[in-house]
Amino acid sequence: MTILVIAEHNNAVLAAATLNTVAAAKAIGGDIHVLVAGAGCAAIGEAAAKIEGVSKVLVADDAAYANQLPENVAPLVADLAKQYSHVLAAATTNGKNFLPRVAAQLDVDQISEIIAVESPDTFKRPIYAGNAIATVQSSAPVKVITVRTTGFDAVNAEGGSAAIEQITGPGDAGKSAFVGEELAKSDRPELAGAKIVVSGGRGMQNGDNFKYLYSLADKLGAAVGASRAAVDAGFVPNDMQVGQTGKIVAPQLYIAVGISGAIQHLAGMKDSKVIVAINKDEEAPIFQVADYGLVGDLFEIVPELERLV
Amino acid sequence: MKVLVAVKRVVDYNVKVRVKADNSGVDLANVKMSMNPFCEIAVEEAVRLKEKGVASEIVVVSIGPTAAQEQLRTALALGADRAVLVESADELNSLAVAKLLKAVVDKEQPQLVILGKQAIDSDNNQTGQMLGALTGYAQGTFASKVEVSGDKVNVTREIDGGLQTVALNLPAIVTTDLRLNEPRYASLPNIMKAKKKPLEVVTPDALGVATSSTLKTLKVEAPAARSAGIKVKSVAELVEKLKNEAKVI
Repeated sequence: MTILVIAEHNNAVLAAATLNTVAAAKAIGGDIHVLVAGAGCAAIGEAAAKIEGVSKVLVADDAAYANQLPENVAPLVADLAKQYSHVLAAATTNGKNFLPRVAAQLDVDQISEIIAVESPDTFKRPIYAGNAIATVQSSAPVKVITVRTTGFDAVNAEGGSAAIEQITGPGDAGKSAFVGEELAKSDRPELAGAKIVVSGGRGMQNGDNFKYLYSLADKLGAAVGASRAAVDAGFVPNDMQVGQTGKIVAPQLYIAVGISGAIQHLAGMKDSKVIVAINKDEEAPIFQVADYGLVGDLFEIVPELERLV
Repeated sequence: MKVLVAVKRVVDYNVKVRVKADNSGVDLANVKMSMNPFCEIAVEEAVRLKEKGVASEIVVVSIGPTAAQEQLRTALALGADRAVLVESADELNSLAVAKLLKAVVDKEQPQLVILGKQAIDSDNNQTGQMLGALTGYAQGTFASKVEVSGDKVNVTREIDGGLQTVALNLPAIVTTDLRLNEPRYASLPNIMKAKKKPLEVVTPDALGVATSSTLKTLKVEAPAARSAGIKVKSVAELVEKLKNEAKVI
């Protein structure tokens, strides 16, 4: 059994999500190979070779793979996949984008966002916004899987010494082109991997008031998230959204400020180790999942909290 | 140009679902069903393209039980021109749905196919991408902006770090994110008019598509319940608990 893990990266840095995906591959068992598809990505290949437990790294360095356009990447992965028992990618927006295309090219079903490995063909995954956990078994010759990164502890980024092999793929399919991107800039830790997350909802009232959360987050070394209400109201950009349709987080500590706790928000954070809710409405559903709840005005509580931690 | 929109009948997003006692699935008896929220956004986008003069005809398709006709009528009331129901009593996986949609695409020859990015029941986020592979069309997933110009469509996509814009050759596939638009409500006159719009019913067999799957659901369980927490009286108490009891800061 040999497993192919597709590396998540931006041509400069190997994303931490790759380490969680390798952890899922380890749980399945077998040889683990990593594919790095990109442009000018030699350094990523070297970083991937150092990941604990990886035996081989394939590097496909081609301008066609620079932005991981699925029309170009999927044929490359589908070609390779036939030699593997499993193909895994992190359930990031990138993994979710190209991997189902790979599965369809191979004519197999995909298993999305697994949170546990029961055996090499049986996996657990959440459905209905995390309100039910399905155990699914696949009889496909190649199991194509995306991995929910919060379900698996990252493996060591150091300690491995895999062989690196350069490969070539079919290149540019000529169907799509990258035009540009606007990335949110932040010095805070990445939301999906942060140990502490401070999130604000509609109760923050406006975007300016998020400064209270940024300030608290900086003191705690935390990332800042938001509910859909805060994003829709334009308080913060949508890449901060935590929930069924945003990011899934499972930090050590999740502090929900002015968030009522709708089903769709809980789907994104209820696997956090400790949940703190700060809300003036003591009937808010968030208190039903919070380990520690504090009823009161967030504009008094948050600055005091910042002072005391 | 012709636009094809795929819609799914799912449990209403406000319903708190219950797992059946025998762990065979989720209890859907007597539960409110609606159009999947992401599909509503797909219909709205198609209607807006028609209002801008970009789209000439909107065909809406659903794959599911007879009752999915309700969701198709809703889409017709929102502005779609005609509907196709691929009737299947079985719950189908994304690949089977994508294959059925491919058969409909072959027949209808749309220039643009719009789907939701995921259904809120299975949470798969696969069908649009799989349809892309089967048709060979380019895909613009998680779209928050769609602009058709000439023989291309520019799609602004929601990605983990922010936004990304790609240019796709037509015909193409777009899957909608929540921020693409704000769906309208159907007015009563439009609901009445929708009853007269054409709705064709076909079967997977008639389309020549096998819907067998390599996936089997062994069981469905309720997630582990969180133990009830406590309410603290003051910020000082909260900080004390976080430091000494939970040891997370």
